[in-house]
Amino acid sequence: MDKLYQFTIHELNTLLRKRDISSVELTKSVLSRINEMENKVHACVSINESIALKQAEEADNRLRNADSDPLTGIPVLIKDVICTKGIRTTCSSKILENFIPPYDATVVEKLKAANAVILGKTNMDEFAMGSSTEHSAFFTTYNPWDLSRVPGGSSGGSAAAVAVDESIYALGSDTGGSVRQPASFCGVVGLKPSYGRVSRYGLIAFASSLDQIGPLCKDTTDCSLIMNCIAGHDKKDSTSLDYPVPDYTKSLISNVKGLKIGIPQEYFVEGMQAEVRTTLEKAINKLEEMGADIDWQASLPSTRYALSVYYILAPSEASANLARYDGVKYGYSEQNADSVIEMTEKTRQIGFGPEVKRRIMLGTYALSAGYYDAYYVKAQKVRTLIKQEFDDAFKKYDAIITPTSPTIAFKVGEKTGNLMQMYLSDVCTLPINIAGIPAISIPAGFSNDLPIGMQIMAKPFDEEMILRIAYAYEQATDWHTKKPSL
Amino acid sequence: MKLTTEQIKHIASLARLGLSDTDIKDYRTQLSEVLDNFEILKQVDTANVKPTAQSITLQNVFRNDQVGESYPQNEVLANAPKQEDNCFKVKVIL
Repeated sequence: MDKLYQFTIHELNTLLRKRDISSVELTKSVLSRINEMENKVHACVSINESIALKQAEEADNRLRNADSDPLTGIPVLIKDVICTKGIRTTCSSKILENFIPPYDATVVEKLKAANAVILGKTNMDEFAMGSSTEHSAFFTTYNPWDLSRVPGGSSGGSAAAVAVDESIYALGSDTGGSVRQPASFCGVVGLKPSYGRVSRYGLIAFASSLDQIGPLCKDTTDCSLIMNCIAGHDKKDSTSLDYPVPDYTKSLISNVKGLKIGIPQEYFVEGMQAEVRTTLEKAINKLEEMGADIDWQASLPSTRYALSVYYILAPSEASANLARYDGVKYGYSEQNADSVIEMTEKTRQIGFGPEVKRRIMLGTYALSAGYYDAYYVKAQKVRTLIKQEFDDAFKKYDAIITPTSPTIAFKVGEKTGNLMQMYLSDVCTLPINIAGIPAISIPAGFSNDLPIGMQIMAKPFDEEMILRIAYAYEQATDWHTKKPSL
Repeated sequence: MKLTTEQIKHIASLARLGLSDTDIKDYRTQLSEVLDNFEILKQVDTANVKPTAQSITLQNVFRNDQVGESYPQNEVLANAPKQEDNCFKVKVIL
């Protein structure tokens, strides 16, 4: 069969189970696609052909015994912030350039238990700090829809790879929009689960109260299959909730009749591109035609504080988390120093890139004596108000819909010189992490052949509502089937 | 408000982060710009608001203190830049 790399998980699962194709055949197809596209897109930090083909053979054995999981034999790429045993995991940072984890992240263990085929690791902004992959210490990933533009970030490698069929799906991580914003820029589906829904064990920490692992994939059905595999309580992550995992495929109901959906005006921000606004309005009109009960006058007034809250809390947590890179236990170590302290300072000076250093500085400042209450505690208090507003809103609405990003994919280099402009790229996604709620970005239209994403959010642990609305919209439109013509 | 060179150096030393003179100059401007944006939070009345550290309701997750399996010493040390006698090796501290 030709061009197997173009198919979705659910299509391939049927073909694999019927033995119309083998996992080895499929894996070879995807690997050849990587070889064909990687010199243009640069989505991957590492590819492990021999490991992938061995895993494909094992998957074929399992499929022969008619004992398969929906993800069995299907190739996946993993963001390079998620630990893979024996496979280099770099965070796209010089400081971890040669780090080989002695263990698998829980999500990777789960994928392996399903006999998924792990192709390799994807590029990202260093330590997931950024919105374009331009902060990778290795190279920038390019947007397959227009190679002069960024794929978004920080999971830009994962999003670009799925968009250009270098993988059937991918995992990313989302601290302030790092799954959803690149999904929007690359025209794929990206879900940030509720905080506590997916284990963070083995996810290299950026901001522990905000980080979640999430899937990037070609449609909502695939998204539900991936969530069925990766969601759930994990003893190794005490912030994962012991709460039953539903069968997410049961939420794929093509009916939004009577669902109450709020459209908060605060998300149609100043500086938003006109075509993003009109595309979103059309998409919401479509849902209204389909019977959803839309309230165009919803309001979440504290949204305007979310950017500041995020850029205090995330760097504060990062400055504590990144203290572990001391040049002693693992990672880069600068030995040309006279004392332990000088060794640590030099190691971190050379090992961390400019954005990571900037955020460590910002976080350290916000946590330092004399500023702790004014910045850190103040931000935590405003976090309470933002979360409370969402809690109240979800008493009125089944879901809330906004744009995923105020703009389409921007040009490489366009925002690297302007810190606040770069930070504003995540203005619509940050509040979701602050509140800990789930949100998805799905393709909702195009402007000059560049994708625009719609963000759908629901109350904590109601991924089912999000998947239902996303699925219904997907059934009524064909945006998700469009491919870049590279 | 613009941060002083001394403040930048102080924060860097708290963070054990070596900075070049150019870094210090750049961060003075860039961090000051970001801090200016935080001024907006002063508009919010938080007098009777409790801080939120995390978004879920879990508190104090306990488990039994049981000895479990641990990683072999050689695997744990495999990434160490310097090691000796099955220990991480650092420069003289005292």
